[in-house]
Amino acid sequence: MENSEIVVFVTDREGSEHTIEVPVDMNLNLMEVMKGSDLDVKATCGGMALCSTCHVYVLSTHSLPEPTDAEEDMLDQAFDVEDNSRLGCQIKISAELNGLKVKLAPEGA
Amino acid sequence: MIQTDILIIGAGPTGLFAVFEAGLLRLRCHLIDSLPQAGGQLTEIYPKKPIYDIPGFPEVMAGKLVDNLMEQIAPFNPGFTLGERAETIDKQENGQFVVTTNKGTQHRAPVVAIAGGLGSFEPRKPPISNISDYEDRGVSYIVKDPEVYRGQRIVIAGGGDSALDWAIYLAKVASEVTLVHRREGFRGALDSVEKIKELSQQGRINLLTSAQVVGLSGNGRLQAVDVNHKKEGAIKLEVDHFIPLFGLIPKLGPIGDWGLEIENNAIKVNTFDYSTNIHGLFAIGDINTYPGKLKLILCGFHEATLMCQSAFKIVNPDKKISFKYTTVTGIDGLS
Ligand SMILES: Cc1cc2nc3c(=O)[nH]c(=O)nc-3n(C[C@H](O)[C@H](O)[C@H](O)COP(=O)(O)OP(=O)(O)OC[C@H]3O[C@@H](n4cnc5c(N)ncnc54)[C@H](O)[C@@H]3O)c2cc1C
Ligand code: FES
Repeated sequence: MENSEIVVFVTDREGSEHTIEVPVDMNLNLMEVMKGSDLDVKATCGGMALCSTCHVYVLSTHSLPEPTDAEEDMLDQAFDVEDNSRLGCQIKISAELNGLKVKLAPEGA
Repeated sequence: MIQTDILIIGAGPTGLFAVFEAGLLRLRCHLIDSLPQAGGQLTEIYPKKPIYDIPGFPEVMAGKLVDNLMEQIAPFNPGFTLGERAETIDKQENGQFVVTTNKGTQHRAPVVAIAGGLGSFEPRKPPISNISDYEDRGVSYIVKDPEVYRGQRIVIAGGGDSALDWAIYLAKVASEVTLVHRREGFRGALDSVEKIKELSQQGRINLLTSAQVVGLSGNGRLQAVDVNHKKEGAIKLEVDHFIPLFGLIPKLGPIGDWGLEIENNAIKVNTFDYSTNIHGLFAIGDINTYPGKLKLILCGFHEATLMCQSAFKIVNPDKKISFKYTTVTGIDGLS
């Protein structure tokens, strides 16, 4: 099967980059991918856009679906929010995201 | 001094159900929670979300589950100390524990069950490096007494209901109110958003959207906040008070210093009865850890049930438990 796996790059809070291979047919989101690779993502709410512990900055130019109201609302309660801020759990892994580059935002106080 | 049989720290679903299981064994309970209401994560984070994995309930709203638990435990008359955080624990010579809250309320019990979940819910603090220098010197994370702000210049930050509601309320009291929010749109109730816009047009609220508070300065007391505005750049506002309202986040807090064995922010327990390394102290629900642990409401209920068996033996060293079904005994409440 072609394109059944993609690669995403995640920079952790210490600044090192992790290259992660992700299957596209498992209905994963980026939070699950990061957590599954033992990156420090608490995901307190389990991916319901209710905790912001999966806050990332999108560094590559991939065009992602616009954030939903729920995602914007939760980002309102996060800190260090930038124009490229997203919640990892709201980013669905798909073939189009091959090469996606993100960086974990600082942990909220 | 509040005296009880089992003192439960945390009024989430686990702590609440422990009251029921304890009541069946005729043990009295008292609960402490830093939140002003019972229900833990269910009421604080997701009251309107449906839960599908509570046995016997194909679907139940989180808020409704908490209401049901409160109804189920009502016959056992639990006591509540709400809006206070359990701060310190001392073991007396007679083996009883004394737990004191941040407001100085004292509780005594032979058994303490920590059902603290992910930790005590505390206000989120913005990552401004010197913010702690100004806490209670101009910076507060909750509005306790609105009168404090009469005739004062205040900056509120945040975009949710509490930020909007307080901005509206304090516009009547303070001499100057500025609301700083990171984007143009607001979440929160539609009427409040309308009201904010109206007050802003009337010049009674200074609305700064697409902006974030990035710095604080003063001379022992807060005197100014630095705002970074997306278009206008840096703005300095002279103020008397800064109130960041960014919701609550659970933190393990003082329990981490109680001499318990901690692993990954959770308390290690023996799965026989969820006892900790300190005799008479138990940890149940999301706050504990053991091989195979799952953070589920169902598991918290089970842990609370087994914990009560050992608690009974500590409270009543000379009595034997006779195990009975509720179908046989019914519910015999405690006065
Ligand atoms: C968005 C979301 C969805 C979820 N969905 C499900 C689901 O579908 N099914 C499921 O089974 N589980 C679900 N969970 C998990 C479930 O909510 C938890 O397992 C459950 O809340 C744990 O209950 P608890 O009573 O142990 O702790 P909590 O609910 O966290 O309650 C602990 C309480 O203790 C208080 N506390 C802590 N320390 C102190 C202190 N020192 N002093 C005073 N008070 C203190 C806290 O303020 C808090 O109120 C979900 C969780 C989230 C966030
Ligand atoms: S995991 Fe909680 S917001 Fe994404």
